[in-house]
Amino acid sequence: MTAKVTVEDVERVAELAHLELTPEENGRMLHDLNAILDYVAELNELDTAGVVPLAQVSELGDAAGASGPRADVLAPSLDRATVLAQAPETDQVFFKVPKVIER
Amino acid sequence: MPSEAKAVENFVEKPKTLAALRADLAEGRTRAVDLASSYYERIEKKNPRLNVYLSLTKERALKQARQVDALAAKGDPLPPLAGVPVGIKDTLVMKGAPATAGSKILEGYLPPYDATPVARLEAAGAVLLGKLNCDEFAMGSSNENSAYGPVRNPVDTERVPGGSSGGSAAAVAANLAVATLGSDTGGSIRQPASFCGVVGVLPTYGRVSRYGLIAFASSLDRVGPLAANVRDAATLLGVIAGHDAKDATSSPAPVPDFAAESDKGAEGLRIGVPAEYFAEGLDPEVRAAIEKGIAALEAAGCKVKPVSLPHTRYAIPTYYLVATAEASANLARFDGVRYGYRTPAAENLADLYKHSRDEGFGPEVKRRILLGTYALSAGYYDAYYLKAQQVRRLLAEEYLRAFAQVDAIVTPTSPVPPFKLGEKSGDPLAMYLADIYTVTASLAGICGVNVPCGTTQAGLPVGMQVLAAHLNEGTAFRVARAVEAAGL
Repeated sequence: MTAKVTVEDVERVAELAHLELTPEENGRMLHDLNAILDYVAELNELDTAGVVPLAQVSELGDAAGASGPRADVLAPSLDRATVLAQAPETDQVFFKVPKVIER
Repeated sequence: MPSEAKAVENFVEKPKTLAALRADLAEGRTRAVDLASSYYERIEKKNPRLNVYLSLTKERALKQARQVDALAAKGDPLPPLAGVPVGIKDTLVMKGAPATAGSKILEGYLPPYDATPVARLEAAGAVLLGKLNCDEFAMGSSNENSAYGPVRNPVDTERVPGGSSGGSAAAVAANLAVATLGSDTGGSIRQPASFCGVVGVLPTYGRVSRYGLIAFASSLDRVGPLAANVRDAATLLGVIAGHDAKDATSSPAPVPDFAAESDKGAEGLRIGVPAEYFAEGLDPEVRAAIEKGIAALEAAGCKVKPVSLPHTRYAIPTYYLVATAEASANLARFDGVRYGYRTPAAENLADLYKHSRDEGFGPEVKRRILLGTYALSAGYYDAYYLKAQQVRRLLAEEYLRAFAQVDAIVTPTSPVPPFKLGEKSGDPLAMYLADIYTVTASLAGICGVNVPCGTTQAGLPVGMQVLAAHLNEGTAFRVARAVEAAGL
């Protein structure tokens, strides 16, 4: 957990997150990520062997007001025209994006 | 004189209570339409300086106000929030009204539906004035991360209003709404409420539907009300709370009459004071004010005793790993394809994604997406994300043990009074530490209230955080009422 983040790490993570950073942004993020990760390394002080991870507070049980899954019933959702009206580019049936496959 | 401090510019004005507004309407002293119009006039005058509202929903507000007036004219019973002018944080959607979440990437988006808490407010008669400024995607503690400029604190316009629901808190403080909705992921309702001297409620996780809340970190996000006094905040929570089939995490627990609960008084309640929240880093004036608040609770008949929450110091690292990991997944949906901003220049799909996101997101959002992506990436998942989830359980169980001994826990909401614009904006880690007292309740899913608890010598608001166990908002309101009644 104390490994230093490198410029290559920042570029790799940016690629995974579909972000394209400028060289200045890269430098800034490198500095900030290292500062933040140094700080979160404090968690290493804690022995958490055998502790079950808690992803959602509903896992704490009824006291936390847990909810069950809803009934699986058909219900109308937004219609196509309403949804497509918010898109930057459509052909009225599909969302349009630049060509993906060359042929 | 050059040595003399510049006079503080102050916009503070207390809104009428819900009870007073209701009596005005029912007895014909005012009309909802006139009330709404008077709020729009105030907004027009004061918003250019405070930057609280990002957009107004005048047509919808006045239509609703006319309906309320028609009811009142007929002498029909008025719904609980009849004619009450409220503002909505811009992370919540209103049908056909811009919803930016403080981000350029949602520019132009007009949501095709209402968020459940918004719809419930309107069904209860509230008049929805408009959308309130916030940190971009609710990521921030000062409102300086909004793509539409910072909100200024009505108490002192050179200071931040807190964040991320800075607009929601400032609107109530300056009486540009009687009450507002905010959202709280790590403190985003409580901390700005503290900075602006208003009441802010963090409901139990699952208590209020998040349907229509633009997601930041789904295991933490909550919607809650802000108001000028505890009873009104409790009334609003009663309106928006309760099961909603459209949110899978919504709790089926029955919703009590929170306002009536808050009337019960605090006598006999056991109040825990955790030493960990009064340690290094706490501003001495904030400490003094909170200690006065605790003394007031004792005077009101509460039994005050120490409790221990030893994992508190691990809460910020835990929070910033969990929240950023979830954010990196939630914000993947903003890709320039289905809604909002699309880059004008992209030759292929990969560039469309990258350039739209790079041009649309601000620096703090990018920082958190990168941190979250890193914490979830192959080789680091166990060391960061899984570790944080394990510590999250320790923090939550520690609270459950404490609430076996006490009915409520009181702490400062923020370690410092409202700071100056620009003071912390260059240092992300320093900004994260502003949330040190609020993130634990977020991780544990418990509920809480910020209640104003005196001021510093310079007149800056101090807020007390009253925490209670899951679904025990009523207890938190009773304690907060007692602090409020002390008039500190």
